[in-house]
Amino acid sequence: MAATRTIGNRALYLRRRMANTIFITLSLSAAIFGLIWLGFILETLLSNGIAALGPHLFTEATPPPGEEGGLSNAIVGSLIMTIGAVVIGTPIGIYAGTYLAEYARYGRLSFVVRFVNDILLSAPSIVLGLFIYELVVRPMGHFSAIAGTLALAVIVIPVVVRTTENMLLLVPNGLREAAAALGAPQSFVIKLVTWKAAQAGMITGVLLAVARISGETAPLLFTALGNNSMSTDVTGPMASLPAVIFQFALSPYEDWHDLAWAGALLVTGTVLTLSIIARLLEKKQRN
Amino acid sequence: MTDITLTEPSALTARADSARKAGAGDTRFRITAFAAAMMVLLIFMGVIFALVSGAMPAFKAFGFGFFTTEAWRPSREIFGALGPIYGTLVSSAIAMVIAVPVGIGVAIFLTELCPRVLRRPIGIAIELLAGIPSIIYGIWGLFIFAPWFQLHVQEPVILATEGVPVLGTLFGGNAYGIGIFTAGLILSIMILPFISAVTRDVLETVPGVLKEASYGLGSTQWEVMWKVALPYARTGVVGGAMLALGRALGETMAVTFVIGNAHRIEPSLFAPGTSISAAIANEFTEATTELYTASLIELGLILFFITFIVLSCAQMMLRRMEKASGK
Repeated sequence: MAATRTIGNRALYLRRRMANTIFITLSLSAAIFGLIWLGFILETLLSNGIAALGPHLFTEATPPPGEEGGLSNAIVGSLIMTIGAVVIGTPIGIYAGTYLAEYARYGRLSFVVRFVNDILLSAPSIVLGLFIYELVVRPMGHFSAIAGTLALAVIVIPVVVRTTENMLLLVPNGLREAAAALGAPQSFVIKLVTWKAAQAGMITGVLLAVARISGETAPLLFTALGNNSMSTDVTGPMASLPAVIFQFALSPYEDWHDLAWAGALLVTGTVLTLSIIARLLEKKQRN
Repeated sequence: MTDITLTEPSALTARADSARKAGAGDTRFRITAFAAAMMVLLIFMGVIFALVSGAMPAFKAFGFGFFTTEAWRPSREIFGALGPIYGTLVSSAIAMVIAVPVGIGVAIFLTELCPRVLRRPIGIAIELLAGIPSIIYGIWGLFIFAPWFQLHVQEPVILATEGVPVLGTLFGGNAYGIGIFTAGLILSIMILPFISAVTRDVLETVPGVLKEASYGLGSTQWEVMWKVALPYARTGVVGGAMLALGRALGETMAVTFVIGNAHRIEPSLFAPGTSISAAIANEFTEATTELYTASLIELGLILFFITFIVLSCAQMMLRRMEKASGK
């Protein structure tokens, strides 16, 4: 009796050990599988991108097929529209996040705003592009950098709202109470105390938003369209790095492909740098 | 005392003045903050309104038949959404089938099995990769992955499954490299870091005591994970997966490059197809007629509706999880 029980237990024990080994192997291979693909992508991006890199990228505009050229018009266009979107989106995002965290933290309306904001945060960006098309491009009658900027701003706002609110919630209430006890009106408490305390975190939000829109392509395709020569006129079509990558990568020309890879490397480098700075700042905020 | 009240009226009015000014500034600040919050609501309603009004001509022309028509012939002004809807749902489903188990595996590896030294670097690497723009995945998919996939996976699989019932149909046809299946694979690689990051965060909220108690009873790592940690974190894991599904459904650039842009539904998963977002991205600027544009906007409305439902569910689950973990 005792012997069979031991044998039964040993079989059970072996089975459990085996299940455990299988599980550890699977989970390890999942991690390796994931990292291999992602490493593969970065490797091709680096090797193709670096080969096409050079000073001409920054000095010459996008060429017709078969000619030499760079990406200067796309770089300038991306810079203009990104800066514009941040200038428009950041104040709205910060004020809205402040409202949610400071004025109506538990209000019913705040619940709705928070919900809607999180939907906008993950909504397909191409749909937001359609919205701006209907709102700006159709009434204006033509594509323009203004429309592209607004489309990007609509993407910036929810990112900034979310991080601003989260960071303000981390500020200890004692700080607010101390300032209020000194007689500061609520707006002073917010501007001089809680914003100050949450500064690094709020900058993180803006950086994350810039990182997000630097690579956005879909909403630009039918708002800013693109432009094959250098243009700083915001009422007309304007080139942008992601849109150029899209157009050139899908073309049959070898030298356009090279420029697309160079653009892809520039965009990824920008995004990764911004995300790393944002992470460092966020860490500083949380400590 | 009397001296003070006599000599201070100007100071008092100055103070009252500054208090009044501060009060006015206070109200102004409050109203600005409120207006900004309303702006978020306004944008959301604006999106719905713009899409509905833009889609009106198509809705009037096709009614509900739009959802059940496969044909998409711009030259004859016939538009049906079935092809793009099918492509969107199937490519996202393929992505989820692959990315959810692998993503959870990666998260378990990171929280439980990974040596401490490697935990942070790998975690950071995965988070950074979640931020790489989708156009990068698209260009990589088109130039590198699709040719490789065509040669080393599609051709052997098509040969191997030829004549086999069901599988032969699912993996039949020609090896194009691009197609719905390729789009699903690229999507799975894209949402993988996302699922891993969310799942890891949720698994980290599992109280150590629970796991320790289970280990104390003699459980193996697998049993602790499968029977204690994952059930505890279930709502959050599902919420994270649905958030990733929302991404996959609306993902544009990565899909546009590799799905093939063919408005038709074929039984084979390897066949080229299209998705809602790819159709809009490819054809919007070429749409010359009112009805063509309106049909594409109606596609956008359908996409917004689908992602809205998925994202709402995701949010509700993640909120419940947050409440349960006492945040």
